[in-house]
Amino acid sequence: MSLWTAVLVAAAIAFGLKLAGHLVPAHLLDAPRVRRITGALPIALLAALVATQAFTGPDGSFVLDARAAAVGVAVVALLLRAPFIVVVVLGAATAALLRALGWA
Amino acid sequence: MTATADPGARRDVVRQSLSVGVATGAYGISFGALAVAAGLDTWQAMALSLLMFTGGSQFAFVGIIANGLHAAPAAIAASSMLGIRNGLYALELTHLLGVRGTRRVAAAHLTIDESTAVAVAQDDLRTSRLGFWLTGLTVFALWNLSTFAGALVGGHVGDPRTYGLDAAACAAFTALLWPRLRDRDAVAVAVVGAVVAVLLSPTVPPGIPVVAAAAASLLAWRAPSREAA
Repeated sequence: MSLWTAVLVAAAIAFGLKLAGHLVPAHLLDAPRVRRITGALPIALLAALVATQAFTGPDGSFVLDARAAAVGVAVVALLLRAPFIVVVVLGAATAALLRALGWA
Repeated sequence: MTATADPGARRDVVRQSLSVGVATGAYGISFGALAVAAGLDTWQAMALSLLMFTGGSQFAFVGIIANGLHAAPAAIAASSMLGIRNGLYALELTHLLGVRGTRRVAAAHLTIDESTAVAVAQDDLRTSRLGFWLTGLTVFALWNLSTFAGALVGGHVGDPRTYGLDAAACAAFTALLWPRLRDRDAVAVAVVGAVVAVLLSPTVPPGIPVVAAAAASLLAWRAPSREAA
């Protein structure tokens, strides 16, 4: 397999996966219970994404480091009703500062 | 959800879309640099950002292909497993967006973590749609520009973690989930999803923990979720 083939096959599969979800016939998704579940899907997936990005290391093991601290600061900022951009900048600054200090 | 949008909500969603786009775009520089370091040429790196267009899968692909062409099947498998969640996002987005034909194909291509997160963070249908398209297009433009820049400058790019860009992404997704967590059932879904993913992470391949966490959405099966007070 050439590198180009690998790139194009992987890209085609990635697009196919996205398109497949959009092509599921609407009538299969219309029942109220199914609507509730598909509505909850992004919440489950994004929460899982944040959790794995913030709390796991390269080998998948549980880690508490600068990223966890950043999420903690973000949650405090959200509780204090900080605007979105402030939350994001505080998160980045927390991690950058802890790393610069060599603490995490 | 209602079909109307007040100007404040519109302004908020535009700010969210643009800031998510800028933060993600900045990460594209490191993707371009990493891709070239892994042995891809600039055009192959660009093909991934233009055609695959899903960051997690792209990083996994180049990380594995760096071991040589014999690793190509493993690289394709890894990027595909990380891409499954986009298909699951689409199940909800297809309802939210209500598009057909060419627009549906474009919507599929722009179905990524960021566009989904901004879309589902909104209270009404119109701002959701605006958030999806604006975030998707902003990320697409900046991600590709920065991939190109990163591929050209290569090893001179600093580690994005130095600037806390990885943490910025975590904070942004947390902030986008936040408004949805007023509802008790949604909190249960989020907590179970997060715990499942973290528990599975050490033992299963990347991508699978997040997809397995989708099972948490079945908690929404039982009763209509209570609306926020």
